[in-house]
Amino acid sequence: MRLSPDELIFWQYGFLKLNATIVYTWGLMLVMAIGSKIITCKLSSGLDRSRWQNILEIIVTGILKQIEDVGLDQPQKYLSFLGTLFLFIGMANLCIIIPGYEPPTGSLSTTAALALCVFVAVPLFGIEEQGVGNYLRSYTEPTVIMLPFNIISEISRTMALAVRLFGNIMSGSMIVAILLTITPFIFPIVMTALGLLTGMVQAYIFSVLATVYIAAATRTSKSRQKQKTGD
Amino acid sequence: MLIDWFTIIAQALNFLILVWLLKRFLYKPILNAIDAREKKVADELADADAKEAEAKKEKEEFRRKNEEFDQQRAVLMNRAKEEVQAERQRLLEAARKEASDLRAKQQEALRNDKQNLNEAISRRAQQEVFAIARKVLKDLAGMSLEKRTVEVFARKLHELKGEEKEQLSSALSASSGSVLVSTAFELPQAQRDLVKKAIKEALDIEIQLRFETAPDLVNGIELTTDGQKVAWSIADYLTSLENSIDELLNERPRSEAKSESEPESDESESKIEHKTKMPAKPISDTSKPEEESTTKPESETKTQSDTKPAETKTQSDTKPESITE
Repeated sequence: MRLSPDELIFWQYGFLKLNATIVYTWGLMLVMAIGSKIITCKLSSGLDRSRWQNILEIIVTGILKQIEDVGLDQPQKYLSFLGTLFLFIGMANLCIIIPGYEPPTGSLSTTAALALCVFVAVPLFGIEEQGVGNYLRSYTEPTVIMLPFNIISEISRTMALAVRLFGNIMSGSMIVAILLTITPFIFPIVMTALGLLTGMVQAYIFSVLATVYIAAATRTSKSRQKQKTGD
Repeated sequence: MLIDWFTIIAQALNFLILVWLLKRFLYKPILNAIDAREKKVADELADADAKEAEAKKEKEEFRRKNEEFDQQRAVLMNRAKEEVQAERQRLLEAARKEASDLRAKQQEALRNDKQNLNEAISRRAQQEVFAIARKVLKDLAGMSLEKRTVEVFARKLHELKGEEKEQLSSALSASSGSVLVSTAFELPQAQRDLVKKAIKEALDIEIQLRFETAPDLVNGIELTTDGQKVAWSIADYLTSLENSIDELLNERPRSEAKSESEPESDESESKIEHKTKMPAKPISDTSKPEEESTTKPESETKTQSDTKPAETKTQSDTKPESITE
């Protein structure tokens, strides 16, 4: 029994290997890119739109709305990163209804990679927004003593992101697999439906947490400026 | 080991590639489309606002023009009404004037007709009267009348006085040859002698007389020399009467013309009416004597003709005298 699709290796050459995670990810990437391309190649700016365009517009505007709600003033700037996070995780989790498919998000390597991306992106967006000095100074807030704790929290929340997503998806897959051996009828379907729900919830949680982190990194300087002007 | 570092790196790369792909194919086109649509909607809304404002402006303009038009129409209507009133007044005035002119003309024509008729009637009556008188006297003339006539002529010669007498005597004496005595009828010798004797007695002149008959004299006797004439005839009376009536008839139109030449006015019109009425009375007055004169001789002739065979000279004697009177 496999805990992760990483263990299903199709091709290996020394350090390089082609496991199921990478292959399914490529498949997802292909479907998403080509689907977007097909739908958006005949966009209309008028009042008559295709239903696929409507769906995409709903998704995109929904994501924008969420980002804005969290507290980022310019949602378009972060849309590519945060939107892709949500869509990729969501697509990967929704596809579990396809038989023989194993979600790449069920691999700790994938979730760790995504968490690393967030871990790198947060300071990048923070520095872009308020400069290197201000951003680094935010680690010493409210006092210098808090610096190690801030760093630890930065690392730990990244790890938490990775493990949370991995644990939920992996557990869902495991439960379905175990239930298949115990009660092959009905229950695996119910658990798969539950897995769809938890998958969407996890995608939402992952992207919203990433948004919150980025917002925290970019907003500190502004709140500080506000406090200064208030003083 | 759950974590495979190669897979982590590969997945991180895959994720970044996916970010770029989705940004390229999904977010940008969708956002562009949304922006374009929003811009279009905003444009359309702005356009609609502009159009609404324009429509409001045009409506205001139209309303203003409408009001202006109404006012102009009212003004024109009033003017037209006034013009129509004036025109009506003018036409009425013209019609009234024309009617009065026509009436005056008609009255004039009527008056002329009446005058012409009156004139014709009076002329005709006059002519008839004289023709009848002439005829009657002609018919009545006879020997006894001739005799009477000569007697009257002789008396007249006797009655001549002063200047007339001298003129006549000088003329008669100066005349060479015979003196012409014209009568309506052939005079018998006795009468001729009487004439001669009368001349001799009256004028103391012995002259040669030549007798002629002239039916135009009606009933009378005429003594003619070079330039002098002594006559007595009923025709003379008739001519003098004719002349006097002619004068009367001529006087009447003259007086009418005088009255018509006076200036016309409302008062003068009434005056004219009075005047035109006034002459009507004289006309009728004048016509009355004519009628009387016409009827008188007729009745006389009738009585005379009735009594002629039976009665004697005295009647015929009285008649010329009555005429002379």
